[in-house]
Amino acid sequence: MKYIDEFRSGELAQKLATKIQQAIEPGRHYNLMEFCGGHTHAIFRYGVQELMPESVHFIHGPGCPVCVLPTSRIDQAIHLLQQEDVILCSYGDLLRVPASDRNSLLKAKATGADVRMVYSTQDALKIATDNPQREVVFFAIGFETTTPPTAVAIQQAAAQGLKNFSVFCNHVLTPAAIQNILESPEVREIGTVSIDGFFGPSHVSAIIGSRPYEFFAEEFQRPVVIAGFEPLDVMQSALMLIRQLNEGRFEVENEYHRVVSREGNLKAQALVAEVFELRPLFEWRGLGQVPYSALRIKKPFSEFDTEERFTLPTIVSKEIRGCECPAILRGAKRPSDCKLFGTVCTPDNPMGSCMVSSEGACAAYWSYGRFRQAT
Amino acid sequence: MTIQNNRYPFQLDLTNGKIDMNHGSGGRAMAQLVDELFVRHFDNELLRQANDQASFEISAGRMSISTDGHVISPLFFPGGDIGSLSVHGTLNDVSMSGAKPLYLSAGFILEEGYPLADLDRIIRSMAAASKKAGVPVVTGDTKVVERGKGDGVFITTTAIGLIPEGVNISGDRAQPGDLILISGTLGDHGVAILSSRENLEFETTIESDSAALHGLIADLVAAVPEIHCLRDPTRGGLATTLNELARQSHIGMRIREADLPIQPAVHAACELLGLDPLYVANEGKLVCIVAAEHADRVLTTMQQHPNGKEAAIIGRVVEDEMGFVQMETTLGGSRVIDWLTGEQLPRIC
Repeated sequence: MKYIDEFRSGELAQKLATKIQQAIEPGRHYNLMEFCGGHTHAIFRYGVQELMPESVHFIHGPGCPVCVLPTSRIDQAIHLLQQEDVILCSYGDLLRVPASDRNSLLKAKATGADVRMVYSTQDALKIATDNPQREVVFFAIGFETTTPPTAVAIQQAAAQGLKNFSVFCNHVLTPAAIQNILESPEVREIGTVSIDGFFGPSHVSAIIGSRPYEFFAEEFQRPVVIAGFEPLDVMQSALMLIRQLNEGRFEVENEYHRVVSREGNLKAQALVAEVFELRPLFEWRGLGQVPYSALRIKKPFSEFDTEERFTLPTIVSKEIRGCECPAILRGAKRPSDCKLFGTVCTPDNPMGSCMVSSEGACAAYWSYGRFRQAT
Repeated sequence: MTIQNNRYPFQLDLTNGKIDMNHGSGGRAMAQLVDELFVRHFDNELLRQANDQASFEISAGRMSISTDGHVISPLFFPGGDIGSLSVHGTLNDVSMSGAKPLYLSAGFILEEGYPLADLDRIIRSMAAASKKAGVPVVTGDTKVVERGKGDGVFITTTAIGLIPEGVNISGDRAQPGDLILISGTLGDHGVAILSSRENLEFETTIESDSAALHGLIADLVAAVPEIHCLRDPTRGGLATTLNELARQSHIGMRIREADLPIQPAVHAACELLGLDPLYVANEGKLVCIVAAEHADRVLTTMQQHPNGKEAAIIGRVVEDEMGFVQMETTLGGSRVIDWLTGEQLPRIC
């Protein structure tokens, strides 16, 4: 396929692998965190690790929207479904994410709740238009990439005067999460987790640009290379990170310049700013409460805010005992370090959120079988 | 007094009529539905006998039987509909044993309120598929469920067939050293179905590959009676079929991504929707596993048949007690091809 296959060429991959091999310094280890699940997926799907020298380690970060969503938010959605006659629309992966008490949206659906999988916010709007007598709630999740479509949907709902549509907003922000990881005791003080550099998000950066990473590249002295989601993008970016580390540089470089600019998509940013504002505090699975790391709907649009429209109880998340998702999301543990991994927790029966999405570290480990080859 | 010749005073209203509970009651309304729709289109000698079963002579030998329920949504899709699919799917299951399919039976579960015009369209398509395949529908059953308790039309079909002498095809016969072939491009059916879902607005020229493969199989079995395994990679796609065969035969497999035939439009649609074509359903393709020395002959035979033009050798069987299917990626790495988890697409066959 034109414009895609070029970024998956085996011939070019071999050339890059040779360059990386030549670039690494003997005895030095390179611990590179890919923040995004999209990168994790590409690394496993194409077998990128096998083309890397042994001293280059990929650490899988928390950039998988369903993985970082705390259980309590799904519990709240299930509560809403039980209490009110609502149609809940959500992206597919979310349906399988474990909630408290071994529940999930998929199981709630099986017991009669009206949960519908949609591919876009437009589908949710259409469902609201087609069902004027029913309350339609769109369960919005995702990083900066999925935020603009949600903003558009809210504006459209306002323009159309829809009275039965609201958004359960769970949009989160990438830079705040990266900063939180770098400030965590495991990275800063204890030193159990060594992260030498970051692959910067590709799609997220298309919206926010490369500038937001400049602060922590300098502050925390870690190089960032914004990388596309194709396997050759990942390899090229690894080479760029290795070179920065060898040369003692801590810069934000942009491998994905075919899409990402320093300023990002200003129109999308303005749109988001019209509809959303920062939440002072939001819970992330794995990272806990992170200040100013998520968005909520602004007051002028509050009639489209599920949290304003309905009374949602405060629910404290209960994690499954033994589930290492929180540590895995921080990069502190690997999926194979978890006792549940591959025993009671598999993609068919996920106990933790990292086992649900193909972008989750555990699901990727399981599906693409690196751990099996290692054992 | 004259006895009325015409059994039913009014013909079925195939333009505006709807299925109602009477059509499943066992009474006259049901008899009329059967006569004017099913018997009329499926017409054959055994069905005309109007017994509760069909009776026929068979020659000595091994027989093969298979049943498949079809609950697809939507019922009509580019390249086919539930009617043709319910013929092709079951004929394929039976003929993957190497059998020549002989007869079909069909059970219909109809939802109250379903338009007779659509049912007529489905039955015509089913009858056309059965005629083209040369395998008649010789017996059947009709039930009607209340509105909301079905989804339009569910069709369950059963086929029986006769296995030629000397043919022993089974999922547990793959051996290390064997080669793995696929008869054509992957993922066409799943993408065609997806493109016609009402909540997915994307246009594509992709049509379902839904087809009866017993003609191709007859050619293959005639050319190489020693074929080890045949299976159609339907739900769960190629990945799932290879895993099933690996488990049954206690072997592993190595396939090459670069050798997989995939139409560019299917590749693009999968890319867009985040699907992996290895897991997307096919309804007119088969996987064949055969000793290496016969592989070229099988490949040539496939390529000479209209249903196998894009056939390819995609990998080999290896010893592996864990039974893993692994793939060498185009990038030069490798990964395990695992079973499908959950549903990529609900209700595709």
